[in-house]
Amino acid sequence: MTDTAITIVASAQPAARGWVSRLRGKRLPWISLAIFALIIIAATGGEAIAPHDPNELNLAAAFRPPSWESGGSLDYLLGTDNLGRDILSRIIAGARVSMITSFYAIVLAGGIGALAGMVAGYFGKFVDTLIMRIVDIQMSIPALALALMIAAVLSPSLSTVIVVISLTYWTWYARIVRGEILSLKERDYVALAKVAGVSTPMIFFRHLLPNIMNTLLVLASLQVGQVIIFEASLSFLGLGIQNPDVSWGLMLADARNYITNAWWAITLPGIAIMLTCLSANLIGDWLRDTFDPKRRQL
Amino acid sequence: MWGFIGRRIAHSIISIIGASILIFVVSRLSGDPAALLLPADAPQSALIAMRKTLGLDLPMWRQYLMFAGRAITGDFGQSYSWQMPALMLVLERVPATLQLALSALLFSVLISVPLGILSAVHRGGWIDTFGKSFAMLGQAMPGFWVGLLLILLFSVRLNWLPAFGSGGASHLILPAIALGWYPVAAQMRVVRSAMLDVLESDYIRMGRSIGAPERTLIWKYAFRNAAIPLVTVLGVYFASMLGGAFVIEVIFAWPGLGRTVVDAVFARDFPVVQAGVLFTSILFVVANLLVDLSYGLIDPRIRHHD
Repeated sequence: MTDTAITIVASAQPAARGWVSRLRGKRLPWISLAIFALIIIAATGGEAIAPHDPNELNLAAAFRPPSWESGGSLDYLLGTDNLGRDILSRIIAGARVSMITSFYAIVLAGGIGALAGMVAGYFGKFVDTLIMRIVDIQMSIPALALALMIAAVLSPSLSTVIVVISLTYWTWYARIVRGEILSLKERDYVALAKVAGVSTPMIFFRHLLPNIMNTLLVLASLQVGQVIIFEASLSFLGLGIQNPDVSWGLMLADARNYITNAWWAITLPGIAIMLTCLSANLIGDWLRDTFDPKRRQL
Repeated sequence: MWGFIGRRIAHSIISIIGASILIFVVSRLSGDPAALLLPADAPQSALIAMRKTLGLDLPMWRQYLMFAGRAITGDFGQSYSWQMPALMLVLERVPATLQLALSALLFSVLISVPLGILSAVHRGGWIDTFGKSFAMLGQAMPGFWVGLLLILLFSVRLNWLPAFGSGGASHLILPAIALGWYPVAAQMRVVRSAMLDVLESDYIRMGRSIGAPERTLIWKYAFRNAAIPLVTVLGVYFASMLGGAFVIEVIFAWPGLGRTVVDAVFARDFPVVQAGVLFTSILFVVANLLVDLSYGLIDPRIRHHD
């Protein structure tokens, strides 16, 4: 991966065109937005809508199939697992972990990456070389390998997962933001601000940051799906979220042990992951086409 | 050209050194790295000896140099769950991982290339729509879940293929599909857009106007040129499959590097974790290096001038 690949000319859209007029032209991905809204509702108000406590054991009701299968009941709409826990309630509870992880991981990764990219692009020279070399090194360790290593040293938990994921993804932001800053800093208004004696942090936050916000937003939305899959993989391996917290990856790991008894336990949490990622990706694509049409290839 | 190769190799070496520094730093996060490197029931005397070997009373940079020195001579310590040198164990498992990654690559090419070409040729047709939907779905399904679904369908329900272990080709099919699943979507998009570009070019139109058969034009002339961007993407995905086969190897109990490292994490067998992660990074860096160097070989139009 060469630097030229990410040197992208900054957007030159006329400022007069507001959000509203830009939004109007494109067809909104309604279905994706609806699914994503559902997941956010599940993540924030899960207890209120879940029919059961996600950790409530009921051995008498173990391996209950989904309601539409013979032997299923409306009491357990999507069936139960080996301990008689309600799958639907656990999927709802799992939404929270997925949303918390992706929110914090992306904010952290985006914050670190954007700052590193701005500093590298703005100051150039030695600082630039140093930061970009660190980015290269970071990218040369496969993400899961690094996660395993950290999990081997620290005990796995939600916060470790967030740290590991942010450590993996900040490099993306750093590379792309640096490319944008390289051209932004040549603009007249930046030069004028400098001449006028505006302090460097002020230039960063008042003049540069607003110009890379669209890029950050698009990148972040495109990463939601990847982050959710990453968290699920870590939890599946037993190195992410731990019982009694509920995560879709952890549900799949449990279900793997009784794959011969309950097909629903292994398919349904996966469908939750798939629908979340699919809707996040489609929303991300739409945001990119709307706000950043030059980055279609991402 | 030679200057480019030299620079690229130097970058790779710096990356590997950087990876080793990162691994070193993470290993020191726990407080007592000597305890990490020894079994939990190690006697006090062994602990003291290990602290001395690691040089824990020395400044950090000297500790790192000692670590790097031992790593270069292949001394990562003794694996305490397998009772053999950690590096030996890791090296033993590399061929299985390579075999799996190559099979996954083969699978992904077999699906993505025809689908990509057909999507480009019948642009806007049903196969193009199918390809697009397939790519969208493919990127939203975690490979390990695909693996579980494959086991559910082909091993549990139909009883056609073994669910785990290694042996004949039949053991390779399911893990290869699961590992090759994710790259299919990206590769298909690359083939499709490259084919669209090439099909617009003058020499294809020329060929068409002199009456060359469409089949020959597409497969012989157009695809050869469209294959160049594909090779780049293939290399990148091959590298990431070498470094990302952990979950798939665990699901299918494939005796490769990834599963060994995961097992070692749970056995708290830190020497193996260290050696395995460093080795995975080296494989990853070398694969990426080879991709970059191959540009010039594949496409004579690209030359690296200094």
